[in-house]
Amino acid sequence: MTESNTLGDLWEYDVTKILATFLAIYAGYVVMGLISGLPTRGIVATLVQLTLLIALYAMLTLALNLQWGYTGLFNIGIVGFMAVGAYTMLMVSKPPVDPSSAAAASQIGGLGLPVIVGILAGVIAAALLGFVVALPALRLRADYLAITTIAMSEIVRFIFLSSSFQEFSVFGNKIGTGGGRGLIVNFEEPISRIFFDTGAYEGLVTAVNEAMGVQGTMAPVVDTAVISVVLLVVVAGYFWLFKRTGESPFGRVLKAIREDEDVARALGKNTNRFKIKSFMLGCALMGLAGAFYAMYFLGAVNPTAFKPQFTFFVWVALIIGGSGSNTGSVIGSAIFVGVLFQGPLYMKNVVEALFTVASAPPSFAHALSGIGPFIAYMFENISHFRIIALGIVLIVLMKRRPDGIMGHRKETAASIPLIKLSGYGRDAAADGGDAE
Amino acid sequence: MTTAEQSPDIGSEVDSNGNGHPLVVDGLEKHFGGITAVDGATFHVERGSLTGLIGPNGAGKSTTFNLITGFHEPDAGSVTFNGQDVTGWTPFEIANQGMVRTFQIARELGEMTVLENLMLAPQNQRGEELWRSVTPGERGQVKKQEEALLERSWEMLDFFEIDHLWDEYAKNLSGGQRKLLEMARVLMTDPEMVLLDEPLAGVNPTLEKKLMKHVHQLREEGYTFLLVEHDMDIIMENCGHVIVMHQGSVLAEGEPADIKANDQVIDAYLGEDI
Amino acid sequence: MRVRMELQTIDTRGQITSQRLLIAGAAFIGVLMVLSLLWGLFVSGSIQFSRLGTLVWDGLMRGLVIGLAGIGLSMTYSILNFANFGHGDYITSGAFVGWGVTYLIAGLGTAELGELLLVGASGNVYGPQLGIGITQTPVAVILGLIVASLATIAVALIVDRLVFKSMRDEEGISLLIASVGVAFALRYLIAFVYTQSNRGTTNASLVPDWSVPLVDGTLAVDAHDLTLLVASVGLMLGVHVLMQRTKLGKAMRAMADNEDLALVTGIPTESVVRWTWIIGGGLTGAAGYLLVLWRGTLTFNFGWLLLLLIFAAVILGGIGSIYGAILGGLVIGLTMTLSQIWIPTDFARAAAFGIMILILLVRPEGLFAGRSTA
Repeated sequence: MTESNTLGDLWEYDVTKILATFLAIYAGYVVMGLISGLPTRGIVATLVQLTLLIALYAMLTLALNLQWGYTGLFNIGIVGFMAVGAYTMLMVSKPPVDPSSAAAASQIGGLGLPVIVGILAGVIAAALLGFVVALPALRLRADYLAITTIAMSEIVRFIFLSSSFQEFSVFGNKIGTGGGRGLIVNFEEPISRIFFDTGAYEGLVTAVNEAMGVQGTMAPVVDTAVISVVLLVVVAGYFWLFKRTGESPFGRVLKAIREDEDVARALGKNTNRFKIKSFMLGCALMGLAGAFYAMYFLGAVNPTAFKPQFTFFVWVALIIGGSGSNTGSVIGSAIFVGVLFQGPLYMKNVVEALFTVASAPPSFAHALSGIGPFIAYMFENISHFRIIALGIVLIVLMKRRPDGIMGHRKETAASIPLIKLSGYGRDAAADGGDAE
Repeated sequence: MTTAEQSPDIGSEVDSNGNGHPLVVDGLEKHFGGITAVDGATFHVERGSLTGLIGPNGAGKSTTFNLITGFHEPDAGSVTFNGQDVTGWTPFEIANQGMVRTFQIARELGEMTVLENLMLAPQNQRGEELWRSVTPGERGQVKKQEEALLERSWEMLDFFEIDHLWDEYAKNLSGGQRKLLEMARVLMTDPEMVLLDEPLAGVNPTLEKKLMKHVHQLREEGYTFLLVEHDMDIIMENCGHVIVMHQGSVLAEGEPADIKANDQVIDAYLGEDI
Repeated sequence: MRVRMELQTIDTRGQITSQRLLIAGAAFIGVLMVLSLLWGLFVSGSIQFSRLGTLVWDGLMRGLVIGLAGIGLSMTYSILNFANFGHGDYITSGAFVGWGVTYLIAGLGTAELGELLLVGASGNVYGPQLGIGITQTPVAVILGLIVASLATIAVALIVDRLVFKSMRDEEGISLLIASVGVAFALRYLIAFVYTQSNRGTTNASLVPDWSVPLVDGTLAVDAHDLTLLVASVGLMLGVHVLMQRTKLGKAMRAMADNEDLALVTGIPTESVVRWTWIIGGGLTGAAGYLLVLWRGTLTFNFGWLLLLLIFAAVILGGIGSIYGAILGGLVIGLTMTLSQIWIPTDFARAAAFGIMILILLVRPEGLFAGRSTA
């Protein structure tokens, strides 16, 4: 069992890094929160929300890493696959609306199938879309593939936005995309069904309320906490799946394709099949993430939630962590969400709790009248500022550290450790050319 | 090794109808835009031989190579491997038939270790099916096969005397070591025939000898080799049979000594030192 | 790298048949569409000639803008070898600076200087109130157009200096990702300075217009249509002359064809690169300004929204070909408007992207077969 031990050590090593990143970010938030005297409940709620968002990004980044980091397929249509996953899930699982009822005029129903079926349908639909995109994409240069995927994701968005598919009839059910208005998640999703419907939940909330000693119920925070833990488990599932995928003969061919596709073909590998499989698997799991996004983040999906900008955020997370590395993908997601994405907004809360910030001048021209007004204006527009910063981080990373924080991790692409076998291996000096 | 030693060996392999040839190339043509790169190339390679394909720059050797191995699609003509018409097949299909090539510039998979490079090559690995690699029960079988492959990889490393480099990234190897690795990798696919595209370009004389020693050793074991070289000397020293290409077609064919004396060949190489 | 590219692009077997199928399918659908159009025009009367004329005219206007902005993208794509995702936000940057100048001249003395230069950022100066239009305030518009070009050139050169210059040897994909960073930073810098509000810029009621009779109705043409037409065609002709007649143009074409060759033959590469940004940026800035003039609205992300259409045009026409970019722009513009005859308006952009994907499938090198035509 020495072999599983070495794997185990490596695993621990990666987990340590991930945990350390999470803890560092949490600690930063807690310290800042305590200094500024934010209420405990508020700090905890922020941390829970943060975890939820990190989990979502980690899923997407891991799926993207399979496509780009492992296989070298440049997908900037991530939101398209998410949208297909989310909408399909909703259309399948929303409770049906009786066409003769009064509600039928204003509501759009679904097929009313179990949520798990809906999620599965969403995953399959995203994978199929991946197949449709991959077929032509295989023969395109990386930059053409990029433009094709982003165009596809926009086409998907226009379809959901269009009033043409707002509602239609399937098996006598009135279903549809809802057009610009979108679709409401008006059913109980699986986590609630399993967890909240049992008595355990009430007890947990009471316990947390007492332990925290805070006013008001902690119920909403506990809700989110439970969901974020479940999503973290899903992230672990993604991680496990991709680790296995990478550490296998399949992953070895993917790695070879990324390095030099012609060599893989010359060695008899049907590289197109490998690329399609890898791309479809990634898309399927983006679709799954999309379904979770709809249920636990949006509450109501509409096309504006799936703009290309989101895709690029996932890319930033991947590049921060380092493409090619699963561990890097998770760490990159945590840093992206914790520091770049949510950090500035939290800092704004902290500063506002500590100081009285002057009201911002009405425009940039007035902001230039002095340091004070400028800072106030900057503060007011911190959400713009964080995206400027994000763009600069992306540029600096590409210039200085294109392999990300984790460096270009070279996880061994084999299902067993590639070790020195006894009886083989001579010293470096043995270039003598002795005959066998 | 000298030519004299090799010739009888090859002669004994050929049958009277000429059907036993593993590779038959007939009337290959390839045009790029208005340029004719290959113009009716016709030749065959005998089983168990080390055949050399030479010609001055721009003679169409590399294009012919690409046409045979499926990297280019011929405009006319046919390629037959072991009696099977493989014209227009994709590179991976041809490789799976047992005809595998190397590249002129060693195409190492840089971010993969030497062992990973070798483990990649064998055909039809169980774990190349994604579901087998991730499904708990099946993965055990995959691992079992991987262990056997690892053993074979080590034998191969040992044979090519690059076993001290086993965990080195391929990009860190020297030019000659890369060529050795590429040859080892090709052999891991269990080919019948190997096409070597300028295997000695950029290789120092010591390693050059070593590489050719391995080639001869393998030929004796029954592998067939087609060797493209720009350098006449290497071909003359090593090959039992030589095909000379000029302006896209075969100019002359025969034993090294005859080729050396052929006026047409000398004309074609005019200005170059034979 | 070069060898690998060549091998991959040449290996097309098995795709030829699917390509032919695609072409046949597309041709079939195309014929059906034409038949239905003819039916609608001549038999059922469901489509009026004047409506068709309006759609064509509208598509032409959009197409000229996309084509003009596409020339710059196409040039940098082929000479620097990467897809610049920042290009859309160059357009926006130039447009804001240019329109700031237009506001300033048109509204001098009526409002604060800062507010005018910020194109009414705090919402107390409005373009329509300033009576902006090519006939009412010609100087403001023409100067604004020039400044928009200059500002875009400045942005392009500064970004090149800060970001791309040190990355010349990197792969196209690295540059592409960096350019996404440029796009984000620029767009939100614009939002930071000019706010995210959508503003009206011109006073449509003051712009003279004419009704051109057309078979069964009229085609409305206004002065801003004509301004766009004259300015963009003039600039396109200018580039044509520049590329064909000058030494610089020849050098640029050589570099688009093969950078190594250009290095060998001693063409000063960096200076050609700089001129590429200058010419491309100038045209791009003008295109953005003209679009705002024509549409009468300006938002912080209009260039970004335009970017994919410009990419579609460039790919359609063949990367590196300026004529291809113009033609591609017209095809995209006309596709967007004419598609309304057959499919709902919601799908105008989807139709444009669909055309691009189709061209990528059947003729990835573009309609103009790319580089050699420059």
